Amino acid sequence: MDAGTTPGFGKLRIIERPELELTHKDHVLGFSPPAHSHNDWIGPPDKHSNLRPVIFYVPPEESPLERRLREARQEAQACNQHFWARHNCAFRQEKEEFIYSRLKAKGLEMRDETGQKATLNAEEMADFYKDFLSKNFRKHMQYNRDWYKRNFTITFLMGQVALARALRWLRWKKKNVER
Amino acid sequence: MSAVRPPRALAGLLVWRLKGAGTRHIPCPFLHLCRAANDRLITFQYFNFLKRMYVTQHNRDLSQRAKPKSDPVVSPFHELQQLDREKKVIHRISPLSPAHQPWPEASGRNELREVKSPAETEATAARAEPREDRQWKEMKLRLDELPGILARLSKIKLTALVVSTASAGFAMAPVPFDLPCFLLASLGTGLASCAANSINQFFEVPFDSNMNRTKNRPLVRGQISPLLAVCFAASCGVPGIALLTLGVNPLTGALGAFNIFLYTCCYTPMKRMSIANTWVGAVVGAIPPVMGWTAATGSLDAGALLLGGILYSWQFPHFNALSWGLREDYSRGGYCMMSVTHPGLCRRVALRHCLALIGLSAAAPVLDITTWTFPIISLPINLYISYLGFRFYRDADRSSSRKLFFCSLWHLPMLLLVMFTCKKSALEKEDKGDLLGKGESHGRAMEIRLP
Repeated sequence: MDAGTTPGFGKLRIIERPELELTHKDHVLGFSPPAHSHNDWIGPPDKHSNLRPVIFYVPPEESPLERRLREARQEAQACNQHFWARHNCAFRQEKEEFIYSRLKAKGLEMRDETGQKATLNAEEMADFYKDFLSKNFRKHMQYNRDWYKRNFTITFLMGQVALARALRWLRWKKKNVER
Repeated sequence: MSAVRPPRALAGLLVWRLKGAGTRHIPCPFLHLCRAANDRLITFQYFNFLKRMYVTQHNRDLSQRAKPKSDPVVSPFHELQQLDREKKVIHRISPLSPAHQPWPEASGRNELREVKSPAETEATAARAEPREDRQWKEMKLRLDELPGILARLSKIKLTALVVSTASAGFAMAPVPFDLPCFLLASLGTGLASCAANSINQFFEVPFDSNMNRTKNRPLVRGQISPLLAVCFAASCGVPGIALLTLGVNPLTGALGAFNIFLYTCCYTPMKRMSIANTWVGAVVGAIPPVMGWTAATGSLDAGALLLGGILYSWQFPHFNALSWGLREDYSRGGYCMMSVTHPGLCRRVALRHCLALIGLSAAAPVLDITTWTFPIISLPINLYISYLGFRFYRDADRSSSRKLFFCSLWHLPMLLLVMFTCKKSALEKEDKGDLLGKGESHGRAMEIRLP
């Protein structure tokens, strides 16, 4: 899986950046799946990216195909997390800057007399939304292409893994019946 | 160890068996429709029921705002730098220890995400989400939950609406009502719609996660794997199109297949590329009634195109008004919608198509689909939606967009109902034909009239 040097993801290649591999580290994600579980676990949405992190189960006799699938999913998760966390934070930051500059132009403060945070109405924000969307258009195009590719690859690998497991199970069943 | 494997491997096969069980759970508005249609009177309650469900869902959408998370007083300008620091937190899988622990022990750097703990409680307080949504869940397919999951995956309520527009097309066709054909056409259209909706959700997982309206979809929540979603889509789409092609007629099957392609391969990617997606989406919405008509008559004539045209025009006030309130989510999510990039055009197009509905309603009697009472009776509701469209165009605010959107929800069922009641009956057409064909045909006409 080559993430390449895509603008949306930065220079991200899992193979060269082992620190970005995902794990089921307890206190980092605040959760550790029970020992008896043989499934992946999915958590609540991330604060920044709104994506749900997945802790992947590593079976003891993981075949090379299963390993490829797991790594593809981990890489996709890492890239998605990276992209959306940055993107959403940039959105929030730029939105605050926009509100600040507009309020300043109007001669108002960030907080009014009651201490409430001053906001602009939807029509005033519309300029910001339009601007933000057009600024990030190319970034989104790149991300879309990447996401579609990854999604197809992962789903195809899932299909292969399911098929391999089914065949293995049938062979095991046949062996048992013969016994 | 491998003894535990089988359920996972067979999950794909199980979904086939369970498909039957799943569909049984879906309430049968179709039966209502069939019985009612048989009496040549589609009850308004049916549409009302759907509308109520549809409205409730959208009510939540419109009243929901993308609330920025309640951050601490620390200036949000620093957030991006903080995030960069957080990014360096590592995750690593170390090789499995020989102690046969199913979960490999992690080693190495244990940097805590500082923002996580205080923010986590804040986020929990800020968001009024159910408790269970904040917990970690095992990604195991639960068979008892499967029908609900598949219903949400296939957007069953939207599918029901699509099927009812197809039924309207079938009902308006100037041929004797054929119940088996009607049922096959409805079922085939429903299956095709389920398939298209599932593929749409399969493509849009990270985007759906980031929008308030769509963040509780099954793939986003990990309740079903992408592989199963695709298998489900295939197992709906293939039988659906086959049913339409072989059980109804090839034209309807071709239209169904084309519509799936248009929705999944054109509309869905285009949403993120160009505002033209709205026009493509309107065509997607217009095809089902055309399919209903071709299912009944077997040919694509002016009546089918008129019905398609009415649905096409209706999409614009409906969608443009809805999208007006979702501008923030669309902007952040990277969706190219008129309401964000070309707000003036958005409102102009909505108004234009409201007025077009009046014109199209007037064209119906010209094409011999309805009597002249139809444009007259439908004029009040068409004028009302045009008025709301004009208000939206002029005021360009949230309240006018909401009014237009909610109006569109009852306007369409009512228009279709009125159209149906004003349908030109075959007997009337026969009379017309007799009047024109005097002379030799006169004798024949007399024979026909005798009981």
